[in-house]
Amino acid sequence: MMRRLRFAVLGLMLGVAFAATAIDALPFKNTAQEVRFQNLTRQLRCLVCQNEDLADSNAKLAQDLRLVIFQQMQAGRSDAQIKQWLVDRYSDYVLYKPPLKPSNYALWFGPFVVLLLGALGVVIYLRRRAQPQMASAPDEEEDW
Amino acid sequence: MKLYLPLLGFLAVVGLFGFGLWWNSGHNTTLVPSPLIGKPAPDWKLPLLYQPTQTLDKTAMLGRPYVINVFASWCYVCGDEAPVLMAWGHDLGVPLIGYDYRDKRADALAWLSKHGDPYTQVVSDESGRTAINFGVYGAPETYLIDAQGIIRWKHIGPLTPGVIRDKLLPQLRKLGVRPKAAA
Repeated sequence: MMRRLRFAVLGLMLGVAFAATAIDALPFKNTAQEVRFQNLTRQLRCLVCQNEDLADSNAKLAQDLRLVIFQQMQAGRSDAQIKQWLVDRYSDYVLYKPPLKPSNYALWFGPFVVLLLGALGVVIYLRRRAQPQMASAPDEEEDW
Repeated sequence: MKLYLPLLGFLAVVGLFGFGLWWNSGHNTTLVPSPLIGKPAPDWKLPLLYQPTQTLDKTAMLGRPYVINVFASWCYVCGDEAPVLMAWGHDLGVPLIGYDYRDKRADALAWLSKHGDPYTQVVSDESGRTAINFGVYGAPETYLIDAQGIIRWKHIGPLTPGVIRDKLLPQLRKLGVRPKAAA
């Protein structure tokens, strides 16, 4: 009984494993090309389900785009060319790492500006606190 | 004053989160702005849904503005959009091209006979390959293309009477079209 159950569970797990790898079987020339493909599709956003990358998404559009990317790779186009091809159609949204340009300076530098403001706040706060202590410093030092 | 400092900090954080909520509720964050607005529509040549041996293409449509409406039988929201298109489609003053996206022909025909066919012509893109050049990422989507073949306007999601009245019709008037539909 226990043994049968074990086999059943094992079979189920194998089934799941196969289903997971069978998103779409593309005939890559070699492993290097497959790795390059995986790498590239991880940097691209699935437009339909925007928290997924193109590599993982099962959306129909993602399948279509993976096929196009694969075909362009076979045609010898570079990663940059393929990305630009997608950006021309779907805007920078398709890239998980958007390029640095004036329209998204806030996105790139905003966090540093906030950090700077925070640091400025801390400096001002510490200085203000330090000044009255200076006046009474001689007394207080004796406490130490 | 010092006692209030943590409270002020707390309020600042609440304010920031509140602003975030308000900002995101103001616009749909899933909308992807099309980089193709103001650029020539991609070359397209697609078979007609009703006469699959014949095709329609971009050059045949040059010379007058037209509207492309992307739909599919599997698209649930398209069913909501259908009555709106049935009511307004013939009064736009321009051809309304139905773009059947990633669909089986039989399914699309059945869908159109059920919901009605508001289109001047229906083209079918079974593979979805041409749609990628248009930047389609779902259905329904609607494009306005001018007489020179330039994409003037795009709407993602279903057309509603409000969208047609406040957005599509003004865009059509800009192109010199006089829609029959009363604004």
